[in-house]
Amino acid sequence: MWRDALVVAGKDLRVESRSKVALNQVVPYSLVVLLLFGFAFDQDQPLLVQAAPGLFWLAVLFSGLLAVQRTFSIESADGAADSLRMSGLEPAGIFVGKVVAVAVQLLLLEVFLAVGIVVLFHSKLEGAGLLAASAVLSTIGVAAAGVAYGALSMGTRVRETLLPLLLAPVLAPVVLAATEAWRAALGFSSGGGWRWLGLLAGFTAIYLAGGVLSFGALMEET
Amino acid sequence: MPYDLAVRLRSAVALAGRYPLLAGADLDVRAGEILALKGANGAGKTSLLRAIAGLLPLSGGEANVLGLDPTSDARALRRKVGLLGHRNGLYEDLSAEENVRFAARAARPAKGAAREALERLGIRDRLAELPTGKLSAGQRRRVALAALLARRPLLWLLDEPHACLDTEHRELLDGLLKEVAALGATVVLASHEILTREFLADRVATVSGGMVLDGLVVDSPVDDSRVVDSPPAGNIAPTDLEQPSVA
Amino acid sequence: MRYPQASGSSRLTRVLGWSALAALALNTWWGLWLSPPDVVQGQFVRMLYIHPAVATMCYAGFGACALGSIAWLWPRLRSPRWDRLAVAGAEVGAVFCFATLVTGSIWGRASWGVWWTWDARLTLTAILFALSLGYLALRRSIDNPHSRALASSMVAVLMALTVVVDHYATVWFVTLHQNETLFQPDPTVHGWQLATMLVSFLAFGLVFAWMMVHRYRLEVLEERFEREGFSSALEARRSEAVAERRVEVPAR
Repeated sequence: MWRDALVVAGKDLRVESRSKVALNQVVPYSLVVLLLFGFAFDQDQPLLVQAAPGLFWLAVLFSGLLAVQRTFSIESADGAADSLRMSGLEPAGIFVGKVVAVAVQLLLLEVFLAVGIVVLFHSKLEGAGLLAASAVLSTIGVAAAGVAYGALSMGTRVRETLLPLLLAPVLAPVVLAATEAWRAALGFSSGGGWRWLGLLAGFTAIYLAGGVLSFGALMEET
Repeated sequence: MPYDLAVRLRSAVALAGRYPLLAGADLDVRAGEILALKGANGAGKTSLLRAIAGLLPLSGGEANVLGLDPTSDARALRRKVGLLGHRNGLYEDLSAEENVRFAARAARPAKGAAREALERLGIRDRLAELPTGKLSAGQRRRVALAALLARRPLLWLLDEPHACLDTEHRELLDGLLKEVAALGATVVLASHEILTREFLADRVATVSGGMVLDGLVVDSPVDDSRVVDSPPAGNIAPTDLEQPSVA
Repeated sequence: MRYPQASGSSRLTRVLGWSALAALALNTWWGLWLSPPDVVQGQFVRMLYIHPAVATMCYAGFGACALGSIAWLWPRLRSPRWDRLAVAGAEVGAVFCFATLVTGSIWGRASWGVWWTWDARLTLTAILFALSLGYLALRRSIDNPHSRALASSMVAVLMALTVVVDHYATVWFVTLHQNETLFQPDPTVHGWQLATMLVSFLAFGLVFAWMMVHRYRLEVLEERFEREGFSSALEARRSEAVAERRVEVPAR
């Protein structure tokens, strides 16, 4: 399974490196989202600093939706989904591979967004350990839930609108926990940031396990 | 003694929602033969191929492909079967070689198998390195065929494989299919073209209304046919198929 | 084609329906007239006779959905009954969830002065509602009954787990922030108030049961409709086949 996962992750990342969709479209989109937040808050500086963790994770959520949509649209483009099924690669491996590919893209995006909130919202980034750990866990969780629900909605006629509807409420606890962890790390709340890490770990584990177990069946139903 | 069969379907029914794509299909395909399917659009040729490949689960009837049940043993079956659908299933940002290598990955082909397969289909050098999005429709079709070839399947299922190919390459494909069949693989192809069916195929079956009108092998009694699950002749396994020199 | 008389009603649902109406009537009478207004909340305490019962039925509905989904996924137990239970539970649960949010909001406006607050329970209920809408949308977009049952039961299980996680998240969120007061039922509910509250549970419980039975039967009827439609579709499909059968056997 791990070998197949690496093959699929490699393929997805290679496609991305050639087409550069994430780079040319998703990254600017996330930047625009940050700018819009700034305008919505009327450029109220102290407020923006306080709100920055939440806004950061919202921006990640929105961009994550796009990234997940993209990872499935490359499969449906030329009927590649059928040849993926026929390829004999293990479905659990395909799931993990796609999760890895999406997670890598999102992590790179988060680095960019972190720079963005430092520049635009004047955040000061501290507590790097907690920041990084929660970012990694929540990114994997977002990717796992996204790929699982993406496969599910691939078989429907209305994937583009169904996927955000399915995914957004599911990712609510991730956004919440990640925001709280970052707020703790940046010193806005009284601590207990590591407790949120536990919540993130639980969520991520559920979706990784659920995806690995069910991806085989999900792949077939389209 | 009746023939060895690669495919055996009896009263196969397959649904898309409420619509019956296959409404009771009976089909026998002898191992090593080339069977052509003809029929109007919407008759069920594509559905039949997909059902044999295990991509379309059956909701009625029975099916036996290479000794396996395509609905319950789908994964094991897919390693031995190659399907070429209407679309090519390529990633347009990857080169032909990368696409073929990815598609054949699970079959663990020999090093260089991708290149060889592409050359056999007439895609070489620079063409193999361009992103497939930049190739013509005919070239993409050939890349998809190369992906199939690199996997060396026991059973080839082809849906209008000659579409988009010019004369030269049609002949190339026909030659390839004849060789592959001679070496022990079975080929089922759906085709609108009369000449293809006459020249290439050993047998023709008509698909209509979700059924196959003349799918059974004429003098094989329905119950006694044996389904083969390994190559028919001696020690020729599909992975031993020699790449012939380019004609 | 004639369709035999098809209806979801039966002795069971008539009994349920009439008793539900009777209980609701009783609830209204006791709730609005007989039971006294509260010392603290005044007349608005009467929400006590609607909101908690409705919220409980909401959880009952989603619980039924989760139960049906898990049972359907279990290989030895799998049967269309569980899938029907799941969809009935989800739809009825969604209706009661919406009612919970509305009645809760009205009560909140009346007693706290705000239409909404980021209370743990409210947030959880709102997320639950959003999840259920997603579930129902998913069901509508898959035609094949088997795939539909498979996809939606997996989503339901994941949803149930998400709700658990959400519960912890919102509870932590609230406690870490020492936010607004959580809603707590009036600890001094007794006498007429208690009796009326029990009546309200009975009344809405009967309504819930009535709706579940009907929704379940509706699903059965729809399946029958599809089956009958399927056999005529099969006939029509086969008639496309060419009448004559010719055999072509070219020499090999």
